Amino acid sequence: MSTAVTAASPGDKLIVGSRAFSSRLIIGTGKYRTHEQMRNAHEASGAEMVTVAVRRVPLDRSSESFLDYLNPQLQILPNTAGCYTAEDAVRTARLAREALQTDLVKLEVIGDQTTLFPDNEQTLEAARILVKEGFVVLPYFNDDLIMAKKLLDAGCAGIMPLAAPIGSGLGVQNPANLRIMREQLPDATIIVDAGVGTASDAAIAMELGADGVLMNTAIAEAQDPAKMATAMKLAIEAGRLAYLAGRMPKRLYASASSPLDGVVK
Amino acid sequence: MKLYVNGEEREVGGALSLAELIAQLELPVARIAVELNREVVRRSDWSGTMLHEEDRIEIVHFVGGGRD
Repeated sequence: MSTAVTAASPGDKLIVGSRAFSSRLIIGTGKYRTHEQMRNAHEASGAEMVTVAVRRVPLDRSSESFLDYLNPQLQILPNTAGCYTAEDAVRTARLAREALQTDLVKLEVIGDQTTLFPDNEQTLEAARILVKEGFVVLPYFNDDLIMAKKLLDAGCAGIMPLAAPIGSGLGVQNPANLRIMREQLPDATIIVDAGVGTASDAAIAMELGADGVLMNTAIAEAQDPAKMATAMKLAIEAGRLAYLAGRMPKRLYASASSPLDGVVK
Repeated sequence: MKLYVNGEEREVGGALSLAELIAQLELPVARIAVELNREVVRRSDWSGTMLHEEDRIEIVHFVGGGRD
C-alpha cells in the first residue's frame, strides 16, 4: 500500500463556512515588487484563497482593476485592513460584498498604529453585526482563548489569532496559547494570521494544530517570493502531516533507540 | 451642486444621478462599490439614485494588501 507524500489526504480540507479548500495556505496580495511577481508567487504557493484590501478609487486617473492581476480561479477574501472602529469595518465589509458579491470577509479592526494589534472589543462588536447580516466572518484577534470563544459564540466561521505582530516575521510567539486554543476548541477553524517569517514558522503553527495559515509579508518580502511561496506550501503540508501523525512525547533524558541487549563487551 | 466624492469637494452642474456621476468620473464600473452618505447603494440602484447638495459619496475598489 502506498502512502501519498504530498498531502495529508484528499479528504483533509480547510473548512470555512460552507466552503472547503485543499490548500491550507491563504496569502496576501500586498507588498510585491511587481504584479507579475505576485502572480508567480500565488501560483507557486498552491493557495486557493487570497486576501485583498478595500480602498477609495483614485479620481485623478483611470486605474485598472487590481483584480485583473489575480487568477480568476482564486477565492477572493476581502479584508477590512486599515479600519480602526467597528463602524468602519462594517462599512468596508458591506462595500466589499457589494463589489465582489461574496459573503466572505476577513475582519480586522486595528487598535494601534505601532503594533497593529487588534482592538478586540471593536472586533467583537463588528463580528456580531456582520454575522447578523449574513457574512462569513473570519476575525483577526489576539491569541486569546476567551476572545476566541466569544467570537465563535458570535457566529464567526473561523478565527484568526495572530502569531506575532503583522509584518514582523517573528514567528509563533506564544505556542502555548495556540495549543490551548486547539485543545479547547477542537471543532473551530483556526487560521493563524500574521507574524510568520519563514517556512519553519508556518510548520510550527500547523504542528500546533492550526487549520491554516494566512501570510503576506513573509512571501512578498522574500528575496525570491515564488521560491518562498513553494517553501511555505511544503511547510504547511509538513506541519499538517506532523500534527495528524501525533508527535512523540518530549523527554528530558535520552531514550535509546537500539536494544540494550547483546552489546559487544 | 456641491458634493464630496472620496472626501474631495466637487462642483457638479444640475440634476445628477449616481450613475451619471460615475460616468462623468470615467471610472471603470466593474468591481467598484459605492456608498452614499455611509450607506451602500446597490449597482442596480445607481441610475435611480439622484444626488443632493452636500451628499457624501465614497467609491471604492480593491488593492493589494494582506494586512496592514
